[in-house]
Amino acid sequence: MTIDLKTVKHISKLSRISIDDNKAKKLGKDLNSIFSFIEKLNELDTKNTEPLTSIAETTLKLRKDEIKSENIREDILKNSPDKNKDFFVVPKVVE
Amino acid sequence: MSNIIDLKLVELVDKIKKKELSSTEVTIDFIERSKKSKKLNAYISENYENAIKKAKIFDQKPDFKKKLPGIPIAVKDLFCTKNIRTTAGSKILENFVPTYESTVTQNILDEGGIIIGKLNCDEFAMGSSNETSYFGNVQNPISENLVPGGSSGGSSSALAAKLTPATIGTDTGGSIRQPASFTGTVGLKPTYGSCSRYGIVAFASSLDQAGPMTHDVKDCSLMLEIMSNYDTKDSTSVEFKRENYLDNLNENIKGKKIGIPKEYRVDGMPKEIDELWEKGIEIIKKNGGEIVEISLPNTNYALPTYYIVAPAEASSNLARYDGVKYGFRSKGENLIDMYEKTRSEGFGDEVKRRIMIGTYVLSSGYYDAYYLKAQKVRRLIKNDFDEAYKKVDAILTPSTPSSAFKIGEKLNDPVSMYLNDIFTVPINLAGLPAISIPAGHDKKGYPLGLQVIGKAFDEQSILNIAFALEKNISFKNNITDWWIK
Repeated sequence: MTIDLKTVKHISKLSRISIDDNKAKKLGKDLNSIFSFIEKLNELDTKNTEPLTSIAETTLKLRKDEIKSENIREDILKNSPDKNKDFFVVPKVVE
Repeated sequence: MSNIIDLKLVELVDKIKKKELSSTEVTIDFIERSKKSKKLNAYISENYENAIKKAKIFDQKPDFKKKLPGIPIAVKDLFCTKNIRTTAGSKILENFVPTYESTVTQNILDEGGIIIGKLNCDEFAMGSSNETSYFGNVQNPISENLVPGGSSGGSSSALAAKLTPATIGTDTGGSIRQPASFTGTVGLKPTYGSCSRYGIVAFASSLDQAGPMTHDVKDCSLMLEIMSNYDTKDSTSVEFKRENYLDNLNENIKGKKIGIPKEYRVDGMPKEIDELWEKGIEIIKKNGGEIVEISLPNTNYALPTYYIVAPAEASSNLARYDGVKYGFRSKGENLIDMYEKTRSEGFGDEVKRRIMIGTYVLSSGYYDAYYLKAQKVRRLIKNDFDEAYKKVDAILTPSTPSSAFKIGEKLNDPVSMYLNDIFTVPINLAGLPAISIPAGHDKKGYPLGLQVIGKAFDEQSILNIAFALEKNISFKNNITDWWIK
């Protein structure tokens, strides 16, 4: 299997990472070498194997939905790249 | 008396408890040495002034019941530390200051530890040489222009260079054990669910585990005891009886059955590593342990499985870095453009590569062929270990297929870089505990490690086996302080 330039561009779109043509070519090369190495898994018959989704195969515990940290709005907003009063600011999304 | 920086963690704790040393003296000595060691580039952020203040406060009213009474410690910059910048080695988190403390660092603080700084690492812990860090390469104190391993490369370098008496790292596919092996130090990856993941910058959630990195097995036992606890803030934290690992530490391995997996004898492995392995086997036999040949037939499939599972989880974990609530933001014409530029400029090449692999294997039409397939093979790999543990108590292997390599040597070949983790990755996939201890040198004089893999939640056994090996090996690191002029 080979991953062509169009596919690389498509994955970059899905990943929300913009890349130019030069980078896309280089990345395509890397991805192809990594995927040819991954293809090895096809040697194995896994028809009757259950997937292992988590190593701690227990049901997740429930806990009460309680507020544990209060009055941290200021601190949280300090990390924001752009804010206005109590809000995070993003480029306009509604015309 | 020997220099403070030459003392092991357990010795420092003892001397502080006996009032032979103060926390301030100890803290200042490690900080002074760290200041002289900038060339190693082990630190991303320093917390020196604050640490000395805390040491003085400790000395005014010392609490000697603590397990780390006023002990200075630098930690990997993947642990969120309240009010101390936490970058994960990435530009995208260059200015991020957490409002909360990770459980593991909180445990260290609760036992009297003092954080002196945050240590360099591969960006988002994705790397085996610390070369993917936005904050630059880290030097291995063993020799100039040698990688310290990764992703916990700042941790291994700072520890081996004695800038901190002990440290902590995280291990997703070998990120504690491989750098420990490259620097002649001890590193332990606990069982999945042993140390809380709360407040650790997430890479691959089903594989990530925090663990200690220390000069010897005793120090490692003490650190594990402090780090490991059941934590309701981590939904995969496991409730089990944690031992007093240090008190229970003993070198008696009589009657222990140790497995030697034949699949780990890989082609092209340097002769020295094979000899080292033989040396380990001889020590086990001499001390009354029994060597059992075992088979882990799916070993060869571990790396390809890992390079599907880990990037898949990473692509979803790293979706949160969108430039909105925290971290770096790039200007864009609209919201989508802003996301795309932020992530393109904020992430380094290796991280982007892995996000894209992960996105691809999870994308429509490929999920079954890659992600589901990998999860099934992961089951087979875990079954291999389950089978083996019907016959043995622990498994002995080399830690890495080579000693440390030169900076830049493997940077342009991702697959050859990934192969470095061939002996460590299967253990993360199976969620087991494993420890790497320094066991010898290759002909260049670079350290080599042996790995002891245990049954789930049986950290005590691998610590004991490692302790017996350590006593018989008497490894000595040859560090010349070349970076201090």
